[in-house]
Amino acid sequence: MKKIMLGNEAVARGAYEAGIKFVSSYPGTPSTEITEEIAKYPEVACEWAPNEKCGAEAAIGCSVRGGRAMTCMKHVGMNVCADPLFTASYTGVNGGLVFCVADDPGMHSSQNEQDSRNYARASKVPMLEPSDSEECRVFTKYAFEFSEKYDTPVIIRLHTRVSHSRSVVETEEPQPITIKDYEKNPPKYVMMPAYAIGKHVVVEDRTSKIISDVEADPEGVGLHKIEIRDTKLGIITDGAAYQYVRDALPNASVLKLGLVWPLSEKVIKDFASKVDRLVIVEELDPFLETEIKAMGVKCEGKDLFTLQGEYSIRLLKEKLTDEELPVAALDPAKLPEIPGRPPVLCAGCPHKGLFLALKRLKVNVTGDIGCYTLGALPPMQAVDTVVCMGASVGMAHGFDKATDHEDSKKTVGVIGDSTFLHSGITNLMNAVYNGSCITLIILDNSITGMTGHQQNPCTGKNIRLEAAPAVSLEKLCESVGVVPEAIRVVDPVDTFGCEQVIKEELARDVVSVVIARRPCALIPTGRAKKGIEASVDYDKCKKCGACARIMCPALTIDESGFPSIDPESCNNCGLCVNMCKFGALEKAEE
Amino acid sequence: MSNEINASIVLAGVGGQGTLIAGKLLGILAMNLGLDVKVSEVHGMSQRGGSVVTYVKIAPEVHSPIIEEGTADFVLSFEEVESVRWGKLLKKGGTMIVNTQQIKSLPVLMGQMKYPEGIIEALKDAAGDDAKIVPIDATGLSLETGTTKATNIVMLGALSNYLGADDEQWRKAVEEAFASKPKTIPGNLSAFEKGRTAGQA
Repeated sequence: MKKIMLGNEAVARGAYEAGIKFVSSYPGTPSTEITEEIAKYPEVACEWAPNEKCGAEAAIGCSVRGGRAMTCMKHVGMNVCADPLFTASYTGVNGGLVFCVADDPGMHSSQNEQDSRNYARASKVPMLEPSDSEECRVFTKYAFEFSEKYDTPVIIRLHTRVSHSRSVVETEEPQPITIKDYEKNPPKYVMMPAYAIGKHVVVEDRTSKIISDVEADPEGVGLHKIEIRDTKLGIITDGAAYQYVRDALPNASVLKLGLVWPLSEKVIKDFASKVDRLVIVEELDPFLETEIKAMGVKCEGKDLFTLQGEYSIRLLKEKLTDEELPVAALDPAKLPEIPGRPPVLCAGCPHKGLFLALKRLKVNVTGDIGCYTLGALPPMQAVDTVVCMGASVGMAHGFDKATDHEDSKKTVGVIGDSTFLHSGITNLMNAVYNGSCITLIILDNSITGMTGHQQNPCTGKNIRLEAAPAVSLEKLCESVGVVPEAIRVVDPVDTFGCEQVIKEELARDVVSVVIARRPCALIPTGRAKKGIEASVDYDKCKKCGACARIMCPALTIDESGFPSIDPESCNNCGLCVNMCKFGALEKAEE
Repeated sequence: MSNEINASIVLAGVGGQGTLIAGKLLGILAMNLGLDVKVSEVHGMSQRGGSVVTYVKIAPEVHSPIIEEGTADFVLSFEEVESVRWGKLLKKGGTMIVNTQQIKSLPVLMGQMKYPEGIIEALKDAAGDDAKIVPIDATGLSLETGTTKATNIVMLGALSNYLGADDEQWRKAVEEAFASKPKTIPGNLSAFEKGRTAGQA
């Protein structure tokens, strides 16, 4: 049946058609929808794991026990599960095992631009790269067969433009889910030196076997496309870049690599010998180019193109053709200068009140990954550092150590509930264990917000929204040694109350945790009822503008200087009410 | 109207205005017509009230999902300032449909910049004879159906005057796009008709 599907949805479909038993992932743009879509197939066990390492290890376990399994992540998530990946390469599989990783060239929603192909080479795990939704389905399905045939995990690499593009898919009937027998086999599954030494030999042999099989059947085994057209120009490309090549250079000969690791020298040299000029078109790192040059093949690549961002039809035309480039119809000189539109914290967002308190306290803030990263932008500008998931806690500890506790009087770490459970908790344990005095603020909005509202171990629901045991953040923090009196719970809308509590905890000579608890304004428990909004008392308003400084999308200042509240977007949180010293704003009764 | 389409359509707006659903609906329309189609979306951080854009390419064969400068047959801008931001994508001979809603962004709310006045006139002046500018009050028309949430469907109604697909196909696409929320289908069909009337050439 023909259906239009998001690339991520098509990966899920391919896995389902392959008879997958289990998927465990942590959300991360642009990979999140794969796992969400799999959750719609009730026969597949599917879950959100607290982090990518947990997801990968659970998938490896399922594979070893005999079921087909997958774990999905964004590119930086692969860093978190690199440890299990590298050794799963040695153990190999029983049921097919797939790691699906989505890269984000152009950093639409990421903190760096790393190229996951490097992981395939480093871990010696074969990698497949689809270019559109139908390939996502076909490649994923094939990845499970490939995994079992060669006894190896397989990585599927996606790009934002593949993950988040919809195109036409031809679905097939799913294979039944089968669980293979499990046999104890320590030399295969116990990776201690005596066994691992032998397995390394197996891994290298496996790579050689894959290469020779690809050479025998490049389009079948390697999923390569060899398109010989005009031979004056030949392009070797992969993934999303293939689509730009086809549009910009419709007459060029193309070798599109499906299996981007390991590479077959013979396939590449055969293609190179057929064309006069060989150009490698790949986004991000010169991964293929470096390998191809090492084979002694003359080619061009990053000398023409950039290491940064996404490619385009325009870029390829500019570098490789003498065609005239398209010109915009609108004359830019006649258009007005326009204001930017950066993303903002939503109306009713609980993070706002907390960041306003931090701004007033003028503290150093080690930040983390989530919607609250926006606290670094105007008007809050309250976040000093953002590195990776969980780093807020560790970096606050580092500030403490650098100054013999002195900076812990004016430094807080800020982390969301989901990020805290992902990798903040181990850092908190470390801070307590090693005698830090940090103050950690957990923004507990009861959801994984930025990636589109996924459940996590403290929300009380699982991926299918069934009831699940909820972690108590208070008890968890206490269990790693935070003293009970230094665990405080505040409502972030009470911004002045927050300020006072944070001040008290900064002064304390032990690790403190302030839990700022209020559900995200976009989830049912955090949303106000329709038609309920804050109101303005014009007699009391002094037009001081304090309410406007919270930068709530629901509150603007009208032409006469009074606040004006948009009933469509107001969430009746009451933050503006708390900001008003004159009692001119009032929350609606619910 | 025949059902032959070869078009690049940009849906530009502010996070939360429904450009993703509009893109999905165009995808359904194209697929029902047996055409190739790609719809490219951006998720994640920019959705939080930021500037968002969805690209839709419909043709017998589509490769790149991205619409680049000077290549869009249609730009549907869901907000005035966004029409200027994404206007460079419009190709010569193209058509821009602009919702006359104004949503102030942070730099405006903070008083660092003024929301520009006279955007529609400026667009017409910048287009000259090279492109067509069609302003409509899509949000106002949507509100007539009881909600501003159908702004995206009003915009598609306006587009339907220019994109070669017959009435029945459009109606079917609306019904399929909202199949999971059947109660909203009559309202969306009504929003579509309002857009169609307002956006007539």
